[in-house]
Amino acid sequence: MHISEGVLSAPVLGVGAVLAAVGTAVGLRRLDYDRLMTVAILSAAFFVASLIHVPIGPSSAHLIMNGLLGAILGWAAFPAILTGLLLQSVLFQYGGLAVLGVNACDMAYPAVACFYLFRPLLRASGKRRVVGAFCCGFFSVLFSALLTAVALEFSDEGFFAAARILVAVHLPIMVAEGLITAMVVSYLAKTRPELLQATVAR
Amino acid sequence: MLDEPFARGDSPIHRLDPRYRVAMVFIFTVAVALCRHLAAPLVGLGVGVVLMALARLDPLAVGRRLVAVNFFIFFLWLVLPFSLPGTPVLTLGPLAATREGMALALLVTVKSNAVVCAFLALAATMDAPVFGQAVGRLGVPPKLTFLFLFTYRYVHVLADEYSRLRVAAKLRGFRPTTGLHTYRTVANLLGMVLVRGYDRSRRVYEAMVLRGFCGAFYTLRRFSAAPRDRVFLAAMIACLAAMAGLEAFPPHF
Repeated sequence: MHISEGVLSAPVLGVGAVLAAVGTAVGLRRLDYDRLMTVAILSAAFFVASLIHVPIGPSSAHLIMNGLLGAILGWAAFPAILTGLLLQSVLFQYGGLAVLGVNACDMAYPAVACFYLFRPLLRASGKRRVVGAFCCGFFSVLFSALLTAVALEFSDEGFFAAARILVAVHLPIMVAEGLITAMVVSYLAKTRPELLQATVAR
Repeated sequence: MLDEPFARGDSPIHRLDPRYRVAMVFIFTVAVALCRHLAAPLVGLGVGVVLMALARLDPLAVGRRLVAVNFFIFFLWLVLPFSLPGTPVLTLGPLAATREGMALALLVTVKSNAVVCAFLALAATMDAPVFGQAVGRLGVPPKLTFLFLFTYRYVHVLADEYSRLRVAAKLRGFRPTTGLHTYRTVANLLGMVLVRGYDRSRRVYEAMVLRGFCGAFYTLRRFSAAPRDRVFLAAMIACLAAMAGLEAFPPHF
């Protein structure tokens, strides 16, 4: 869900850059050096996840998993996602440097929101955990799509229809993300419960 | 998938100081992103193409990148001409494409491609680690630079790990379809990558602490600026000034 360079207006790019700087500053302040390596490698793991395509009906989509990253890392997910996006623009030229702030906000604020909203549920067991994990995957993509749509709509009234369509086509992706997040969380709960319990996030 | 086809090469662009290249691509990107008329981005696209020619990039590889990057732009072309009200110029059944919608789509296309061309020529012509260290020298916080360098380092390791797991699944007859079985399989593979990544991060961190890691990242790479770097930067600033002039007094087509 990258917005390409050259689409957004100057005020939206500016606001995005400022909000991303704030989020990154908070994230880096809470990230001390003992956790830096864990955040870096988990950020690499999520980068790999974003290369995985899963079939959805006749089409396919790549995983995003920003909700799970947020739930595991908390505010540290912000610099992790910014790094991932920067790496995508260096390696594949998706997104660009001026739009990086907006793209980072679109992906990372929903991740941080998932940390506060669903992390308590992920620590629970049984059905509550499954429901929490599904919501984590579903709502992170929903919030990201909505933020992207807002950025588009504030840039130019002409993008109204495009923004609506963008949110609509992400609906099946939200369901797939929710299901896969729920299954990843069950796997983690079985094999490494400390990833969900211990505070890698703070 | 993670190869960097443009990073190695010998051209006037490859020999420039990475810090200057990153600074140039950054000011260029911001300048083009701020344009609201077509003339200045068209000049920018020209600048981008000239830079790519100077960098002697493989046209085929560049073409492939441009196709991938223009996916979002293609989507805008499908929607904008029909959704923006204005004077219709083309009717397809019940839908009418408007001049305003097509103008906006064209503006976005030119801006986006100008930026991508300049980025390919100036930034994709260095390895990601060099890029990370260059932005570090330009004032990006050290923790963020560290995160960038190590994420890059481990993306390769974890991508290998994932593809090994994927091959193992394939050998056992796994074929992805839309369904819970596929999703569960992918989720388990991803979970394994996460768990292994987490364990690896603890081991790497302990190894680093044993070797005296105290938060700083040392490198033998030294950047040095030569007169030609300043010439290139000055030329870039001159182009941007010309574009600013065109933006202030846009010619009417």
